[in-house]
Amino acid sequence: MDFLIPNQLGYPILSTIIFLPLAGAVVLFFLRGEKAVRLWSLIVSLATFILSLPLYFYFDKTTHKYQFAEHLPWIPSFKIHYTVGVDGISLLLVLLSTLLIPICVLASWKYIDKRVKEFHFSLLLMETACVGVFSALDFVLFYIFFEAMLVPMYLLIAVWGGPDKVYASLKFFIYTMAGSVFLLVAMIALYLNAGTFSIPELMTHTYSFTFQCWVFLAMGFAFAIKVPMAPLHTWLPAAHVEAPTAGSVILASILLKLGTYGFVRFCLPITPQASVFFAPYVYAISLLSIIYGGYVALGQVDMKRLIAYSSVAHMGFVTLGTFVFNRNGLEGAMMQMINHGVTTGALFLCVGIIYERSHSRLISVNSGISKIMPIYIGFLGLFSLSSMAFPGTNSFVGELLVLLGTFAEHKWVGALVIPGVVLAAAYMLRLLQKIAWGGEGNPSFSDMNLREIIYLAPLVIFVLWIGFSPGPFLEVMHASVDHLIQQVQAGNAALLVK
Amino acid sequence: MDFSLFIPETYLLLLALFFFCLTLWKVSADRIQGVALFLTAVGVVISLAAVHVSGETFYRAYRVDLFSQLFKVLICLGFFLVVLLSRKLKGIEEPLQPEFFMFFSLSALGLTILVSSVELLTIFVAMELSSYPLYILIPMRSRSGGQPMEAGIKYIIFGAAATGIMIFGMSYVFGLTQSTYLADILPKMSVLLKEPVSAVGLLLILSGFFFKLAVVPLHFWTPDVYEGTANETVSFIATLPKLAAVALMLRIVSLAGAGSVNLVQALVLLAAISMTFGNLAALVQTDLKRLLAYSSIAHAGYILLGVLSLNAAGFSAAVYHITAYLLMNLACFLVICTVSREGENVSIADLAGLYRRSPLLAFTLAVGAFALAGIPPTAGFTGKLFLFTAALNQGHLALVVIAAVNTAISIYYYLNIVRSAYGHDPDGLPEVTLSFSNRVLNFGLILVILLLGILPTWFIDLAKTACKTILS
Repeated sequence: MDFLIPNQLGYPILSTIIFLPLAGAVVLFFLRGEKAVRLWSLIVSLATFILSLPLYFYFDKTTHKYQFAEHLPWIPSFKIHYTVGVDGISLLLVLLSTLLIPICVLASWKYIDKRVKEFHFSLLLMETACVGVFSALDFVLFYIFFEAMLVPMYLLIAVWGGPDKVYASLKFFIYTMAGSVFLLVAMIALYLNAGTFSIPELMTHTYSFTFQCWVFLAMGFAFAIKVPMAPLHTWLPAAHVEAPTAGSVILASILLKLGTYGFVRFCLPITPQASVFFAPYVYAISLLSIIYGGYVALGQVDMKRLIAYSSVAHMGFVTLGTFVFNRNGLEGAMMQMINHGVTTGALFLCVGIIYERSHSRLISVNSGISKIMPIYIGFLGLFSLSSMAFPGTNSFVGELLVLLGTFAEHKWVGALVIPGVVLAAAYMLRLLQKIAWGGEGNPSFSDMNLREIIYLAPLVIFVLWIGFSPGPFLEVMHASVDHLIQQVQAGNAALLVK
Repeated sequence: MDFSLFIPETYLLLLALFFFCLTLWKVSADRIQGVALFLTAVGVVISLAAVHVSGETFYRAYRVDLFSQLFKVLICLGFFLVVLLSRKLKGIEEPLQPEFFMFFSLSALGLTILVSSVELLTIFVAMELSSYPLYILIPMRSRSGGQPMEAGIKYIIFGAAATGIMIFGMSYVFGLTQSTYLADILPKMSVLLKEPVSAVGLLLILSGFFFKLAVVPLHFWTPDVYEGTANETVSFIATLPKLAAVALMLRIVSLAGAGSVNLVQALVLLAAISMTFGNLAALVQTDLKRLLAYSSIAHAGYILLGVLSLNAAGFSAAVYHITAYLLMNLACFLVICTVSREGENVSIADLAGLYRRSPLLAFTLAVGAFALAGIPPTAGFTGKLFLFTAALNQGHLALVVIAAVNTAISIYYYLNIVRSAYGHDPDGLPEVTLSFSNRVLNFGLILVILLLGILPTWFIDLAKTACKTILS
């Protein structure tokens, strides 16, 4: 396996951060008292985060190969292996996942007051699945984590969700499942064609163009639902509105990334010809998502729903950047995945904070609180600016790169995206204006407490850090992105020769 | 005759005689159940000890090989689990309980003989031996609701019709090959494969097993029998005969060999209709047993995916999946038997808030339902992965896509069960208390369903070795 650089840290770092939360979740059952449960869950998730940091510091930025790899036989008769490893594409997503879970634990400290043990059990299970899915290098392993994620997420919505939780959780589950069964068929078809489930090995095989198209469509359907791309997005607002804060954060920041990660990890390198062939259609759907998502967000009265639709628009930028197949576009897309995770996650946390005070997510109920909750408005303002890609914030870097990449390839597509950027400013400013200055605020609201400041602070740091100095984040991607572009070009060069 | 080949069967026969003696005395129900539990556990041990025995007996009509022994272990294990989960036996009147165990033992005996039979008439006799006790068991329900008589009549009539069709098919095969021994039929069959009549003959023989496995169009009995019969009895009918049916289907289909296009086409059609019909009908069920009945029809379709692949990979996938099905179905029936207070039927609404009433039971139900739906990392997913791979490898792309879409459809009703247990409030429904043995069974089933899913290697390799013995 010359795609893998074996882990040399002396301990299996990826397996540790995948299975530590699972082990912690099992221990939860032996704890008594809600406080002990919360504290334990915080300790486990923080420990996972700290243990995941060496991934960044020992990461070799000069190679596109998969690092910290572990490779063990699992089901030999089907050539299924337990293979994990990270490269420039998955590294930041793994770190984002481990960063967000402790934040979610803190955000749920007061919000979740029933079935606390089971809530944290689901949360830690979720962390195992999230880290696992981004570091899996075997298709079956990936698929197992991909699907296993559904169950805790379903429970988070169905048990701790809002009034319409039953409908929302069911819709979420069925939509995702409908997509992933096609992923399953594509996976088996690839296995039978190439004789392996190893993702790096699948990339090295050449497949016929027709075969590529079918596999691309099957996988693309599964990932497009996850992203979500309009018109497959309708599960998202329902799920977001009903989910508890932590559920919304995980959903927006981690689950949606699976769709775009899937495009980058599977569609582009495994089916390069089909990716190029279908790229114009992807542009069209991305543009539709950007404009439609932004336009619908403009008319929302529910804060969570507004942010959910803004997610549809933001993720449109990611798919657009992915399919222009140049370095700026791809790096912008991957940067934008991280940015969306940080910013939208933070916005959902902000909604959670105000919801704990007013028990309503309606903009009209929560408006005019700039004098009552100045610290809160400070945070909300910063994250809103970030969401509309204001210069100096993280999303600006990502969107700029995507736009640079798009204009370099297709000027018309780039020009059509511009209204989407304007729409983003419009709906976020409308939200901020209403919440901060729209009418008389409810004076009984208390401003943010220390716990809330603590869990939002790291996200503020990342918003500004990426905004002013994206270098440390971009440079881990260079080698992997260049290799990916090579793979796409080589795949299509083979077509020209034929 | 080498008697050592026949030990597990002899044991089950003695068990039936022992329970027959018990029917003559007045013994307390509790003691009978304890004894039954112990003796069936011994049965599992005996069948395990006989795994690697092989040979032929009864004038070559009876073959003992790894394939048959594997199924005997599964049958004895399933029998033990059914006895364990019917510890309170609420669905049967107390004076009739020794008879209940006697008939179970007889039926299990029939099934163990069935999986070793390699001669058409022996197959027929064993099949009848396994069915008759069930015909009697079904109406034996106490007055706890349902229509046991209707269920019993339906099962008899459909069963009799199916065996009639089966023996008619046997006459075709006998007419074509002048032999009732599978070993003699096999070489002659390969010559006759191009004739449609051979495919018709095999298909008619298979009908008997389609009936047991609830493949469309022989599925009509399933929902009514499930609903009308005592919960404990259904947990037997829903699992063990299906094991033996799969074993025999594999034996019969292996006669056809790789070239049998007609037969495969017919099986593809039946598989597609079974899973689609089962899943669509299950969507609207409110009674949990009826829902599981339709789900069993759908699962019969999935298992046909492996059968119609006609190779060791497909056969072993079918064996794997029916084993997983045994476990996940028993997990659901465990919940039904425990939640049911006086042996009455359990609707989905009765599960409301099960999470609060008994967290462990709710978790078992969730694992069972998610496994039936095929969510990783349960055995249900791994089984489907193997089945799909085997079928796709034989080029059945359309069928696999239908199966995949069906999987997505089925999520809805399995989630309905989980949703009722976790999403709703109990609303005054009573708490459920679990006995020690029930608790152990809960943990055991959860653990095995997950472990079999995560580490399937040893079992799938064993199944493959076993299936190669019937294919050669």
